[in-house]
Amino acid sequence: MTDVTHGHASSTGISNVKLGMWAFLGSECLLFGGLISTYMLYRGRVSGGPRPSQIFDIPFTSVSSFVLLMSSLTMVLAVSAAHKDDDRKTNLWLTVTALLGATFVGGQVYEFTAFYKEGLGFSTSLFGSSFYTLTGFHGVHVTVGIIMLMSLVGILKRSSVPGKKAEVVEMIGLYWHFVDIVWIIIFTLVYLIPV
Amino acid sequence: MTTNTADTTHEKQHGMSDAGYIRIAIILAAITGLEVSTYYVDFGVLFLPALLIMMVIKFVMVVSYFMHLKFDNKMFSFLFYAGLVLAIGVYAAFLATFKFFIQ
Repeated sequence: MTDVTHGHASSTGISNVKLGMWAFLGSECLLFGGLISTYMLYRGRVSGGPRPSQIFDIPFTSVSSFVLLMSSLTMVLAVSAAHKDDDRKTNLWLTVTALLGATFVGGQVYEFTAFYKEGLGFSTSLFGSSFYTLTGFHGVHVTVGIIMLMSLVGILKRSSVPGKKAEVVEMIGLYWHFVDIVWIIIFTLVYLIPV
Repeated sequence: MTTNTADTTHEKQHGMSDAGYIRIAIILAAITGLEVSTYYVDFGVLFLPALLIMMVIKFVMVVSYFMHLKFDNKMFSFLFYAGLVLAIGVYAAFLATFKFFIQ
């Protein structure tokens, strides 16, 4: 099965851009794998600071997780609209996705502030360091995704997309969904499973 | 008519319609609700396996349907799952050296 409908094909008959993106996402698994493993190892090392069960606000984080999950739906609807050459809907869903992502990041900033006020600084304990590093890295990825989404909306409005428009939207979609699946793992392993 | 044709072409290329994506999102939301319920309801010995299974189901659903891996070239699946399996193997070994699994 070959994917000849998108972008420049490699010698394998599939899109170079898409191949590169999947290889990048495969490598990102190793990055987040390292951060998640380190957190799992250190999550019980609180050194007199607050324990996870004392500071985590599960209802709040559940809503944030739901928001990010729904942003994956709006992203896939944007990709679908782009494949149908419906620029209006593509821009609409991309903007909604960016807004949902911004809501998630805003929630994370609020959560970090609340944790800091409750005594969990970056260097308070190994738990604090590994927690902020893991969730902070994820937050940075979401922020980069939002910047890419808003840039894409601007580029689409000026109709100056380099290469095939639908493929560009799809590549940013792949990145966005990856950020979502990383959070699916973080939400379960970090927030729902007690130490 | 034009929209229907576009829908059909998109489904042929990517395997799903917009309604299909919405159905997947509803299932994902329901699973998330179940996950959150484990925090309030005592599932006993099923707690950990149930949470991990739900996490894997959500992961696979997003990758397969939203990221189109189920309908796309198998080379993409190989690249992604190779990275994932490598990460799981390497970090499982890393955690084992710290006796994480026998705590």
